[in-house]
Amino acid sequence: MADYTLKLRRFDPESGKAAYWEDFGVDLPPERSVLDGILQARSRDDGSIAIRCSCQAAICGSCAVRINGKTALACNTKLGEAQDMARSRRGREEITVEPMGNFPVLKDLVVDMDAVHWKKVQRVVPWLLPEGDPPEREYIVPAEAMIDITQSMACIQCGACVGACLSLEADPEFIGPAALAKAYRFIGDPRDGQHEERLKDLAEDPHGLYDCTHCFACVEVCPKDVAPMNQIMRLRRMATSDYEIKDKNSGYGHEKAFVNLIEKYGTLHESQLLPRSYGQGSLIRSQVDPSSLKQLTASLPTVIGGLKSGKVSPVKALIHHKLPDQKQIRRIFHEIESEDERLELNLYIVGEEATEEEGAMAEGKGSET
Amino acid sequence: MPEHDVLVIGAGLAGQRAALAAAEEGASVGIISKVHPVRSHSNAAQGGINAALNPEDSWESHAFDTVKGSDYLGDQDAIEIMCREAPDELLHLEHIGVTFHRNEEGKMGTRAFGGASAARTYYVADITGQAILHVLYEQLMKHDEVHRYEEWFTTSLVQDDKGNVAGAITRNIRDGSMELFRAKAVILASGGNGQVYNPTTNALICTGDGIAMAYRLGAPLMDMEMVQYHPTTLQGNGLLITEGARGEGAHLYNANGERFMEKYAPNKMELASRDVVSRAEQTEINEGRGFPDGTVALDITVVPRKRIHEALREIVNVGRDFAGVDITTEPIHIKPGNHYVMGGVKTDTEGKTHIPGLYAAGEVACVSVHGGNRLGANSLLDTLIFGRRAGQDAAKRAHSIAQPAASETQLADEQAMIEGIIRRDKESGRRVSEVKAELGKIMDEHVAVFRDEAGLRVALEVVKELKEHAKNVYVDDKGTVFNQDVLGAIELQFMLENAEAIVISALERKESRGAQFRTDFPERNDEEWLKHITVATGGGGPELDYSEVTLTQWEPEERTY
Repeated sequence: MADYTLKLRRFDPESGKAAYWEDFGVDLPPERSVLDGILQARSRDDGSIAIRCSCQAAICGSCAVRINGKTALACNTKLGEAQDMARSRRGREEITVEPMGNFPVLKDLVVDMDAVHWKKVQRVVPWLLPEGDPPEREYIVPAEAMIDITQSMACIQCGACVGACLSLEADPEFIGPAALAKAYRFIGDPRDGQHEERLKDLAEDPHGLYDCTHCFACVEVCPKDVAPMNQIMRLRRMATSDYEIKDKNSGYGHEKAFVNLIEKYGTLHESQLLPRSYGQGSLIRSQVDPSSLKQLTASLPTVIGGLKSGKVSPVKALIHHKLPDQKQIRRIFHEIESEDERLELNLYIVGEEATEEEGAMAEGKGSET
Repeated sequence: MPEHDVLVIGAGLAGQRAALAAAEEGASVGIISKVHPVRSHSNAAQGGINAALNPEDSWESHAFDTVKGSDYLGDQDAIEIMCREAPDELLHLEHIGVTFHRNEEGKMGTRAFGGASAARTYYVADITGQAILHVLYEQLMKHDEVHRYEEWFTTSLVQDDKGNVAGAITRNIRDGSMELFRAKAVILASGGNGQVYNPTTNALICTGDGIAMAYRLGAPLMDMEMVQYHPTTLQGNGLLITEGARGEGAHLYNANGERFMEKYAPNKMELASRDVVSRAEQTEINEGRGFPDGTVALDITVVPRKRIHEALREIVNVGRDFAGVDITTEPIHIKPGNHYVMGGVKTDTEGKTHIPGLYAAGEVACVSVHGGNRLGANSLLDTLIFGRRAGQDAAKRAHSIAQPAASETQLADEQAMIEGIIRRDKESGRRVSEVKAELGKIMDEHVAVFRDEAGLRVALEVVKELKEHAKNVYVDDKGTVFNQDVLGAIELQFMLENAEAIVISALERKESRGAQFRTDFPERNDEEWLKHITVATGGGGPELDYSEVTLTQWEPEERTY
């Protein structure tokens, strides 16, 4: 009896047959990786198992697959842990390994990275565009800025976030987490001279900055702690707060509407959210501005649907309760606004300067991924 | 049939730098790689890149450290070029977007590294190679005049009837189709051969393809016996812990808790050159002062926690994910492991090999700037400086000659070769993986930190035997799409050519210098062996020869750290 059973998703495009599952027994200790298991099956039983792999150390980004349904690097997932996960998530012994989602499959575990991932990376103009001629020596830039963008430079282009992205499932044209994290690497780089143009471009794209739904899937699966969603949120804050980019996707308005509503009511006033989003945050503007009126009218079916299904009642929609102590909410707003710099939640860099609690938080996060 | 002025084989740092340089000179360029360029092994270079950029530093000092590090086997003219051109190359990288670490003034900051008399290693956390590789790829995406052939496997080089290089035969991994790529110049940038050993820090793709292809064409290989064992690799899987850890101040201890480098390198301690530290560790282990798992301990906990998270982040991950150790709170067990080949295809300082039109740059080449032992953070520099120079010179050649005639016969031969492998019966021979495992084991056993004639002879016999086995290995995959199995069989033959060259060169050098330590000849012997050993294919197999070491301003001295 083998130590582990790997259930591999096989697909041979030349066979004319559909994809199928095949079991392989693997004899390795629990601390060895799923990739080691696949390579053992390949060398012992069937040399035709296809998987891209090279470094075996989570730096080349070749071997992203789905293990028990969760996207991960095969070299970075231990057999023992994978089996525990198979038991707890699926109630079975075999470790399933299949190609990533959101990509066409070429053979077995090999997917077409060019057709999805690299096309999207190319979309964000992925090279530095400095203003004018370079200096004689290096550009003088703050140390923190370089450390900050090192988080997105740490991306190994494995595509795990792309494979796990739920927005991409709904909109295959979404630029996606990896490419947007790559965009942050330039927009966060003080040497780049096109920050505003880049942000405008991404904000105005209907499949761009505002297509992300904050589901955290990319943050959870990223093997390098790049936290693509956090980079997307930072791009949004730059687009709205630093450059006031009032995009036609109402991303700007939606953020303003959210912030204004919380400040006013403490909780989200849902019937006001839509009109305010179309009105760049303002309820009045949404009813006088022709373009937002048009968007509002277009949303009527959604509103009627909500009313019909009983999800929203007319009374609740119009009279929204306030929190009992709205002063406390205002105080939070005031405190945050009185900071000199915008507060960015960045768990990437921790150390002895972090408080005990923050350090522990970041460590906890680290050991999950 | 694709046709270019310059064809680059391999798309790590050397290859991408060469392609960009050749394109800048107006050449039409094709760059072929068996993996997507950002998967290249340049990624693995963690610690940094050396340059005497600081006004208090000097290129002469960098050059002397490199010469001394090489145990005086490095060619000093080439070393001078590399160190003189380093600062400008570094600034170029910074200008195109590499996110080098900054000091408080916002200028690029350095860290200390082994064998260096000044802190001149520039870095991006501990992902320097990855950061540079990805930024160069950004430039490749920008410059669409460089044609990229990603996931194409090169099986052999092509010459015209006058002996000029005329192109290469490749297989498109995605669909199995084969092409003859025609070119006026071919630059090999296909990296090293660490997979000849097991364990190794090298990725699975590092199978010495370029070294073997050039060798088969008759190009001499040089310094092949000089194989670097890195002092800090994980037991078992061979994963690398950057020298940057010691650069940041980490200590080495044996099982008795002694900081043993005091005995071997009292001045530089843990930051002596790699051959010295690896030998010290292996001596401790061999003499029974190691841990039961055959290791010694690297203690990174002496480095401030914030600094570890900022500058050694990847090592935190490697420790956690691959050794189950939190390096910020406990020592990690390490041992010397195969890491780098100083030798390779012999080139001049423009990257030219002995075959007209064939260039080589990076780990595949031997200029020789590393001689007997490469200093940490000099390999990235080597790839970039000589990649650029090879690209420029190849473009110049392309402007001055007509497209050489390349016959299609070889394409048919290579197609037949591959079909021959695929058609073999299961009973015809062994599995690729079995032969490869045997090779890795014998090399690590006998051609490692300490060597002697008896062990090397055993290794040579086994390698010769395995060469025979490799001729009829069996593969399961009979298909054309992503048939990695058949490519493995071709790589195995490449690896065995590399192994043979390493072993016969190690047998030939009857002295101890740099990475070559012969227990039967434990001293350096400048009188007889201050020379390079070259290997080239002759009529009846490999033939050995010698080549002068170029000395410019530094006479060989006793080497202590």
